[in-house]
Amino acid sequence: MTAFVALLARNRLALAGGVVLVCVVLLALAVPVLPLADPDVTNTAQRFQPPLSPGALLGTDHLGRDLLSRLLWGTRLSLAVGFAAAIAAATIGAAIGIVAGFYGGRTDNIIMRGVDMLMAFPYILLALAIVAALGPGLFNALIAVAAVNVPFFARNIRGITVGIAHKEFVDAARLAGLSNRRIILSEILPNVIPVIVIAMSTTIGWMILETAGLSFLGLGSQPPQADLGSMLGEARSALITNPHTSIVPGVMILIIVMSINLLGDGVRDALDPRLKSGALSRPMAATRVDRAQTPPPPSGAGLLEVAALETQFHVRNRVYRAVGGVDLHVRKGECLGIIGESGSGKSVTALSIMGLVASPPGVITGGAAYYDGHDLIGAPYGRLRDIRGRSVSYIFQDPLSTLHPLYRVGDQLIEAIRAHRPIGRAAGRAKAVELLRAVRIPNPEKRITDFPHEMSGGMRQRVGIAMALANDPDVIIADEPTTALDVTVQAQVLTILDDLRRSRGLAIIFITHDFGVVAQLCDRVGVMYAGRIVEEGLTSDILRAPRHPYTARLMACVPELGAGKRRLEAIPGLPPVVDNLPQGCAFADRCQQVQAACRRAGIPLERHGTHAVRCLYPVPQSQEATP
Amino acid sequence: MTGYILKRLLSAVPVLIGITVIVFLIMALIPGDPATAILGSYATPENVAKLNRDLGLDKPLVQQYFIWLGNMLQGDFGTSFALNRPVLDEVLERFGATLVLAGTAFVLCAVLGVAAGVVSAANQYGLADKAITFAVLLGISIPSFFLGMMMILLFAVNLRWFPVSGMWPIYGARSLSVLLTHLAMPAFALAVVATGVVARLSRSAMLEVLRQDFIRTARAKGVSERGVIWRHALKAAMVAIIPVLGIQAGFVLSGAVYIEMVFQWPGVGRMLVDAILKRDILLVQGGVVLVAACYVLFNIAVDVAQSLLDPRIKT
Ligand code: SF4
Repeated sequence: MTAFVALLARNRLALAGGVVLVCVVLLALAVPVLPLADPDVTNTAQRFQPPLSPGALLGTDHLGRDLLSRLLWGTRLSLAVGFAAAIAAATIGAAIGIVAGFYGGRTDNIIMRGVDMLMAFPYILLALAIVAALGPGLFNALIAVAAVNVPFFARNIRGITVGIAHKEFVDAARLAGLSNRRIILSEILPNVIPVIVIAMSTTIGWMILETAGLSFLGLGSQPPQADLGSMLGEARSALITNPHTSIVPGVMILIIVMSINLLGDGVRDALDPRLKSGALSRPMAATRVDRAQTPPPPSGAGLLEVAALETQFHVRNRVYRAVGGVDLHVRKGECLGIIGESGSGKSVTALSIMGLVASPPGVITGGAAYYDGHDLIGAPYGRLRDIRGRSVSYIFQDPLSTLHPLYRVGDQLIEAIRAHRPIGRAAGRAKAVELLRAVRIPNPEKRITDFPHEMSGGMRQRVGIAMALANDPDVIIADEPTTALDVTVQAQVLTILDDLRRSRGLAIIFITHDFGVVAQLCDRVGVMYAGRIVEEGLTSDILRAPRHPYTARLMACVPELGAGKRRLEAIPGLPPVVDNLPQGCAFADRCQQVQAACRRAGIPLERHGTHAVRCLYPVPQSQEATP
Repeated sequence: MTGYILKRLLSAVPVLIGITVIVFLIMALIPGDPATAILGSYATPENVAKLNRDLGLDKPLVQQYFIWLGNMLQGDFGTSFALNRPVLDEVLERFGATLVLAGTAFVLCAVLGVAAGVVSAANQYGLADKAITFAVLLGISIPSFFLGMMMILLFAVNLRWFPVSGMWPIYGARSLSVLLTHLAMPAFALAVVATGVVARLSRSAMLEVLRQDFIRTARAKGVSERGVIWRHALKAAMVAIIPVLGIQAGFVLSGAVYIEMVFQWPGVGRMLVDAILKRDILLVQGGVVLVAACYVLFNIAVDVAQSLLDPRIKT
């Protein structure tokens, strides 16, 4: 609750709205004791006095009545009616919603049918119909406005109630023999009240507007009594000659409704968990780069080379160091595997290369990614876009969420080409068919008109691969492309990738958590843990004799290479949280070989020939490996 | 697709029936002797007797309803006693003017609202976003009738850009350009609130979509940022925006009543208000039923548009 108030207070606009609203409400409450002229005393000799006249601060209306006094009394009335309508609508709507949601079944069905019917009306029309039946008058207008808002509350509250009605504590209360009424009052109601309050805060502005509207039409408050709407309605005939009589009540409605809306928005934002987590911020076209140091120059070791890459996530005032200095490279025709548990930073590394880490919250804080000797990370967006999909392309994990759901796969393939060079309709289609054939999709001419949801998982992933191939790239970065697939389809997809690599000389970076896949496809492999490479070398060497205790444990978890469940969860303990990395070896807490020295300082990646290990006490070479 | 449209039309039948039931029940709320109340101050004893006979007010409620419904299905909505002409004729004549006004306002709110929401989301927390957010807040907080009055004051009286009110000049030719000058202010005033609501929803729908994986895919393909926003993100966001457009259509259709009063627009809304004040109940009934039915049909069009956009909807 205090956190909520603090959050609300931080939202200055909401605070301003709240202050204005409180002032208006206090003023309205104080009206009877303020030294105001009688709002209903007419004085035709003094009609249409302009504002700031002696004795009439805001002037007078067409009957010579004091506008300031009428304004304040009218405000009082409008607020009272608006709040009363909101409370009535919320109470009745919530009652209906709770009954429907709690009892379910046929009760629910009948009630919600009725609610849907009411919602089928354009709702001002419904209010008019009700006023037509009851006759004009402020109280009838109140009933009408409350009534048309009941369905909105009923539907919202029913949804919440259905969720609660099946919770354990409600079942427990039922087993304890409590009556339905007791359960509703003691278990359900306390849980839905916050929702009711939020729904009220977002609708009360509307209700004030609507009652003012009905009064404006002459269907609400009747003379001489006046709320803000009827003041405006009466002033309309003198709009051109004496506009101040219209402006005064109109501006007051605006002030009231606007302050309520500001406050309501603030309440809603303060309660929205997505805003807190930053899940509603728009990711930039390319990851933000904020490098403190100039990155090391390219070594020329490969076509694509990552040097000292550091990527962080800045969420509020916490910093998650997802990638903490990664070096790797891949040559033409080579496949480099990167393996690690989820959260090890392997995907973030891959996405950082082309600036595809969502930003905010992602920031690349150091290092470089050299493609053909040129740094991509500092590159201007135009150049980055030119390379994306043309020279370096990606294959993502879940093709159902990574393909656009509303475009045909053929069109998505053609677009991948069009992003880099113009191509006509027929040529584009032919090329799309050819791409689908290259990834061995049967009947490609028919399949290009499919939508992604019409394909199987394996077919979709082939489309993903075809899309990556659209512009004959030099490098493909595959981020767990087979994880969502079953084993046989997985094997087919891997074969396709392997063939492409051999026939086209592709360089592939293959991210996975599966040693079986690595064994099948990769020439070299890097093992990542807590944002760093902990071991790197030829696949055959590492598979035969892992040196890092983490790698060894990973492999021990694999019952048999290439078969069965090969998930990595079987290591006791959890990887360290990357906003709170230990000083020394990040694996120390889970390592069986740990010594005091391991925790003292950062551990360098030691390289011997083709094999590099980040460990003070590496696993000794196994017997059959040592000569 | 035709099958889907037919299916939706069929499913609208119970809704339409429901609407007539609700209108009938509301009218049954009328206190006192219904015939006298319906006929109001224009009632003559013969009229009261005729109405009692026509509506079968001596019969049970259910039977009354079916008599009323049967008459309506034959195009007999009764006679307006204040105007002394058939309700249907009057309503249809007025409805055209309302459709012109509300239709224009709807197009305005859809185009401007979606565009504003997209621009706002694309520049989140930037200057354009802040300006739009503020304009939207103002738009949804200002009563449309007050806005209309201020527009008359500024654009018609002071600047003389547009005529003060009405749909056609009293004298002179009726051409499209004349209509447009008369339409500009009321359509805009009517569209403002709906535009604000659409812009708000579009912004949040876009922000949600921009986080999705397929947007990252588009970027990885090298699609330009403009293509990512307007082709990829907007198309997906429309799935969430279209239903709100449907709701806003109902809002402009019925909110037109305020604007018709302010701008003296000869539409159904103004007719309803007059009828309510004169207690011309049959005219109110007929007007409400016809407008509501029209809105139900429009919502079917919305559903069809949605199914054309989203192939995952089973048609
Ligand atoms: S450095 Fe120490 S704690 Fe870390 S992996 Fe090696 S032996 Fe284990």
